[in-house]
Formats: sequence, structure tokens, C-alpha cells
Amino acid sequence: MTRVEKMARWASWVVAATVVAFLLGPLIVTVVVSFTSSSVYTLPPQDWSLRWYVAASRKSGLAEAVGLSLQIAVISTALALILGTMAAISVVRGRFAGREAIATFAVSPLMMPGLVVGVAMLQAFRSVGFRDAWISLILAHIVITLPFVMRTLLAALERFDFTLIDAARTLGLSYPQAVLKVLAPGLAPAFLTSGLFAFLASMDNYPISIFLTDARNKTLPIKMLQYLEEQPDPTLAAISTGLILLALVVLAVGSRSVGLNRMVQ
Amino acid sequence: MNALRRLDGFAWLAAPALVYLGLLYAIPLGLLLFKSLSAAGSFPSFAGYAEFFGDGFHMNILWRTLRVALLVTGLSLLLAYPTAFVLARARGVAQTIILIAMVLPLAVGVVVKTFSWSILFRSNGLLNKTLMNMGITDEPVRMLFTEPALVVAAANVFLPFMVLPIYAVVRQLDPRLLEAASTLGATPVHGFFRVVLPLTLPGVIAGSAFVFSMAVSMYVIPSLIVGERSQTLPMLIARSYLFLRDEQLGSSMSAVLLVIAVMVVMGSSALLRRLSGRGT
Repeated sequence: MTRVEKMARWASWVVAATVVAFLLGPLIVTVVVSFTSSSVYTLPPQDWSLRWYVAASRKSGLAEAVGLSLQIAVISTALALILGTMAAISVVRGRFAGREAIATFAVSPLMMPGLVVGVAMLQAFRSVGFRDAWISLILAHIVITLPFVMRTLLAALERFDFTLIDAARTLGLSYPQAVLKVLAPGLAPAFLTSGLFAFLASMDNYPISIFLTDARNKTLPIKMLQYLEEQPDPTLAAISTGLILLALVVLAVGSRSVGLNRMVQ
Repeated sequence: MNALRRLDGFAWLAAPALVYLGLLYAIPLGLLLFKSLSAAGSFPSFAGYAEFFGDGFHMNILWRTLRVALLVTGLSLLLAYPTAFVLARARGVAQTIILIAMVLPLAVGVVVKTFSWSILFRSNGLLNKTLMNMGITDEPVRMLFTEPALVVAAANVFLPFMVLPIYAVVRQLDPRLLEAASTLGATPVHGFFRVVLPLTLPGVIAGSAFVFSMAVSMYVIPSLIVGERSQTLPMLIARSYLFLRDEQLGSSMSAVLLVIAVMVVMGSSALLRRLSGRGT
């Protein structure tokens, strides 16, 4: 290895270490701050306490917001998995014109400004006189979660060897049986990863949800920003720590069954 | 009937998703564009656009939005490119740590991360204390509500979206190509610019397009980090709907933002197609 190459390699390790600190630092700070006993954000905390967790558990409307966000994320992810899997199979297996356009269209909401999509949906719902916030949120969140399913399943189906299904049928399985016993297990990692990321994207969405909520149906991110405006104390750090824990659990499940490296592909 | 026969059975499997996205995504966006072009019941009208483009205040905000998005993309690329190579080469614990640093922030979500940055940027926050302890400044520097703070926080949120596409390309890079280049007499610098950079360009383009289009349309990050003092286009859109009730202006601004996002997506995919067409 020449000197230039060695220096380049050394420099890129320095950058990578900086990036790791840059990405994980803010999360670590939030967790540490949540255990402080003072009401200002001092670092490191002078005294440790759980008072902000107690405060969070008493925060009015928090439990309802968490429940609503979980409901919407689970239902919309499940429906997106069904719609997205069907569409992805159609694009990969079909031999008709415009398949690439369908794939691009179904993934495109990921790259459109969320706020604009939210405004557009609000106006469309209003113009047909539809006002139910809960159903609006579910309908909108399917548009948010579908691209994640579509993207991952397209890649997984491209890699899947469909002659395996023919082989299973030669061995005496019916077509539905072959799909259930051969295709479904083969796609399981893709279902899991795309489902997890879709779920998290729904839990985190603010710009679309803000236009569709009403006084009774407020999702967690909207409630959190509201708390932050009303009273910016470390209660929010405690709630955030809860969300970081949820993310860790989700990732642990994902990496146990699929592997971290496959999750990022 | 003939056209229908040309569709095979698999085509119908895509129908539910297409109808769904058509009704809840494409038609609403179409209606929004239509609304932006009509005023007081007449169509077409450019009143909303005239109100937007004719006003220095709005133009300033548009310019700031584009500038911030460009800076965020640049900073992310600068940090992501070397990191992608390290990630591709790393094994064992180092690889796991970098992967966790990429995926955990993605899973945590924007609201939590932005909140973390608003703690860090406070005048009595960690960053200011560190700077003062190191003797770089005597007084706390104002960070919250400034544009550099916004760029740093946004780059932090979007960085994994830049690293991962580049990593996907770097993984497939054949190390023998560089050996071949050096056997043929190329210096390492030459080899990088003539072999490695062109081959990783698709990842760079895909990552940059994604980060730029998200940075142009981010809403939560600027509203917590810079607030009303220096607004961006998405904040103005939200204001015009949620507080001002000026739907004419709001839909015109939404259309402008939409056009920017669509241009980035189409431009980048055209570039990628040309790259792969020129191909090996």
C-alpha cells in the first residue's frame, strides 16, 4: 500500500468514527438528560431521579396519543403489506407494459413533500364531505407505509427463484399450497423488515397527520410537539427515551431474525 | 378487449394498490394543482403564483429553503462517502457499531432527534459548555435559531439515507479493478478519480436526490430549530393553511414545492439511466 492510500484509509476511519459519534450522540444525551433531577437540561445531571418519568406517566393525553399512534401504525402497516405484496408480485412476475411505471409510482410517496401530500388529502376529504379523523389517518398512513413494503418486496421478489414453486407443484402441492409453503417463507425476511420500517415511519409521521387530526384524535408526534411548546421540561426527554427503547426492541427483533446487514439493503 | 388481453393475469394483482394510490394520492395532488391554478372560481388563473413570486419576502424564503437543502446535501455527502467505504471494509464489532449508528437513528424518528438537537444547541447546553471549557469562547454562542444549527441537525437526521445507497454500490465494487488500474500504471489518485468515483456515482446520485428532496420539504426540524425567525417554504405552507387560512397562496406554494421534488426525482432517475446506459 502506498502512502497516499494509507492516509486516505486512515482519514476515512476518522470520518466514520466522527459519523458514529454524530449519529448516536444526540440519542445518548437525550437518555442521560431524562434521568436528571433538575428542571433545566444540565449535563451531566447533578442528581439522578425518575421524576420526569413520573411526570410523563401523569401527562394528560399521552396514553391516548400512544394508543392511537400504535393502532394507526399497526393497521396501516398490515393493509400496506397486503396491497404492496400483491402489487410487487404483479410487477416482478407480470409481462405487461408499464410495470416499471407502477413500481416508481408506488414508491414515489416516499420522496414527495409530506406536508403537500397532507394538504392535498385534507382538501380531497373535505371536498367529498368526509370528516372522520381516525379513518382519515388510517387511509393516509397506508400511503405512507406502502412505499416501504413495495421497495423491499420488489427487491426480494427479484431475488426469489420462482422455479421452486414449479418444483413444489411437481412434487404434488397445489398452486395455493406451493405459494404458502415455498413463496411465503422465502419472503418472510422482506415482510419483517419492510413491516418494521413501515411501522416506525407511521409512528413518526408528523407532516401528513397534522392536517388530518382533530381535538380527540392526536397522534404521538403531534402531542409531543404540543408538549414541547407548552412546557419544555425534561418530561419530553423521558418520552423520547421510551421511543428510543421501542426502536431498540424493534431493531433487536429485526437483527435477530434477519440480520442488521440485510435490514439496510 | 384487445388491450385487455395483452395484460396477463398478474396485471390485476397491482390493481388494488393502483386504485388506492390513485384515489388517495394522485387525484388529491391533481386537485391541489388545479386549485393552485384557479382563483375566485375562474380557471386558469395565476393569481396565487403572482402573489408568491411577486413578493420579495416569499422569494427570500424559497431561496433560503433551497440553500439549506443544498448545504444539508453537501454536508451529508462529505460525511457519508468515506463512511460508506469504511462500512464496506469493516468486519465484526466495527461493522456492527457502524450499522447500529445508521439504523438506530432511522428507527427513532425525526421528532425525538430534533428534540435532542434543541437540547444540545441551547445556550446553556452541552455544545456551548464544551466550547467554553475548551476556551474557544468566553460567552455562550447563540446556536438555536441559526441557519448553521438547522443544517447540522438536518444533516444528522438525513445522513443514513446518504450512507446506505453509497454503501450498496461500494459493496459491489470489485477490488481487482483498482489493482488492474495500478498495474496499468495509474496512481492511486488517478485510480480513484477514473475508476472508483465513476463506479460509485449511482449511489451518490441516488443518495443526494433523496436527501435533497427530504431537506427541501422538511417541516419538524426547522420549526423546532429555527422557529418563526427564519422560516422555510414548508413552514410557510403549514402557516398559510393552519393559521392564515390563505388557501390560494398555500396551494400555489405547495405546487412549487411539489414541482421541485418531482424535478429532483425525475432528474436523478434520468441521470441514473444515462449512467447505466453508457454502462460497462
